[in-house]
Amino acid sequence: MVASAAVRLFGMWASPAVRRVEWALKLKGIEYEYIEEDLSNKSSSLLEFNPINKQVPVLVHNGNPIVESLVILEYIDETWKDNPILPVDPLERSKARFWATFVDVKCREESRKAFFMEGEEKEKAIENLQVQLKALDEELEGKKFFSGDHIGYTDLAVGWMAFWLGVGEEAAGFKANYDLKFPNFSRWMKDFLAEPVIKDNLPPREKTVEFFRSFKQLGSCTKVNQK
Amino acid sequence: MATSNGPVLLDFWVSPFGQRVRIAMAEKGIEYEYKEEDLFNKSELLLNSNPVHKKVPVLIHDGKTICESLIIMEYVDEVWSGKVKLLPSDSYQRAQARFWADFSSKVYECGTRVWKLKGEKQEAAKKEMIEMLKLFEAELGNKTYFGGDTFGFVDTALIPFTSWFYTYETFGNFSIKEVTPKIGAWAKRCMERESVAKALYEPNKVYEFVCFLKKYYGIE
Repeated sequence: MVASAAVRLFGMWASPAVRRVEWALKLKGIEYEYIEEDLSNKSSSLLEFNPINKQVPVLVHNGNPIVESLVILEYIDETWKDNPILPVDPLERSKARFWATFVDVKCREESRKAFFMEGEEKEKAIENLQVQLKALDEELEGKKFFSGDHIGYTDLAVGWMAFWLGVGEEAAGFKANYDLKFPNFSRWMKDFLAEPVIKDNLPPREKTVEFFRSFKQLGSCTKVNQK
Repeated sequence: MATSNGPVLLDFWVSPFGQRVRIAMAEKGIEYEYKEEDLFNKSELLLNSNPVHKKVPVLIHDGKTICESLIIMEYVDEVWSGKVKLLPSDSYQRAQARFWADFSSKVYECGTRVWKLKGEKQEAAKKEMIEMLKLFEAELGNKTYFGGDTFGFVDTALIPFTSWFYTYETFGNFSIKEVTPKIGAWAKRCMERESVAKALYEPNKVYEFVCFLKKYYGIE
């Protein structure tokens, strides 16, 4: 890859939000240069391109930075019009965006709590997650993927749950047993992870579990209750 | 059930998220039916339209429902694609607008902590609020609106929260206006627009409402 590639992605190997962007880029056949960031020692480029959140992923296209993975997905879809990932119909688009926001805000919050906390708070978080999974399960009724017969924006948005929920459980030592209660969602998880673009773009499982195990220990030392 | 196929907005008078949609609809000249919800006693229609969140605003259009204020704004911008556009046409500018609109929601979340909490946590929230608004000031620069010369997506997303500043200032015992004068000036310009003036309530009214909320939730 040329140093000054038109499309550059700043990422971190274990991050679900980064993979989400990579899946979109690969689905659309967009060539890009990937730059691995050490989040404990962020590069000056990252800080320059994302001074507000200082986080990955950051997509830099022709020198212009775009941040927030869902915003990046919309940008990718609008800029490279082949193989659209969002539906054309405005109502379907709004539904797709709704579910993406739902998993990114609500599900992520509960799974974060289930991961970091213990006792009653952990139990409550797992309970809340079950309610959310039920909603997702119902949404999948009669559909192979959230986006229909092929994976699309919503699947890419929900996709982190297919891999990282299990990783989080293993790392934190608990089991929410969602596969028994949510048949549509379990089926979707398997189908999603079997898709070539996804299967070939996941971090190594053991290494990821280890990473999150250490991450949890680190989190326990700091005030994890702050918003 | 109303026979008209025109859009229906389920909303709550002081909800800044609902106001975003009201402003968007007014800017685009869209006629709609406004339905006030009692959030302490939610209607069947609301609970059925938004079973996942049970929140306002909800837009009902052609028998279908759209939830989440920013998503409704995008929907409205796409469906009524006439002369007035909230989002810019350039993809990169759109990405920027979406980022800042998302970010503006954090102002409300932070402000809620300012009026609900005390001590260290309140101080932290106050500091965060000022930092966020300063970032908005930098983004605004010397532009008339966040959208440039035209009032746009980010302006619509952020402006409702400005009517809550008085509440935050009073409960937090600090000044937002003094430290972020550009935001104040921008808000004043926005208030000159009919769409905004009609949607927003006087800061005193918002303050009264929050006082009521505090009593209702038993917060000192």
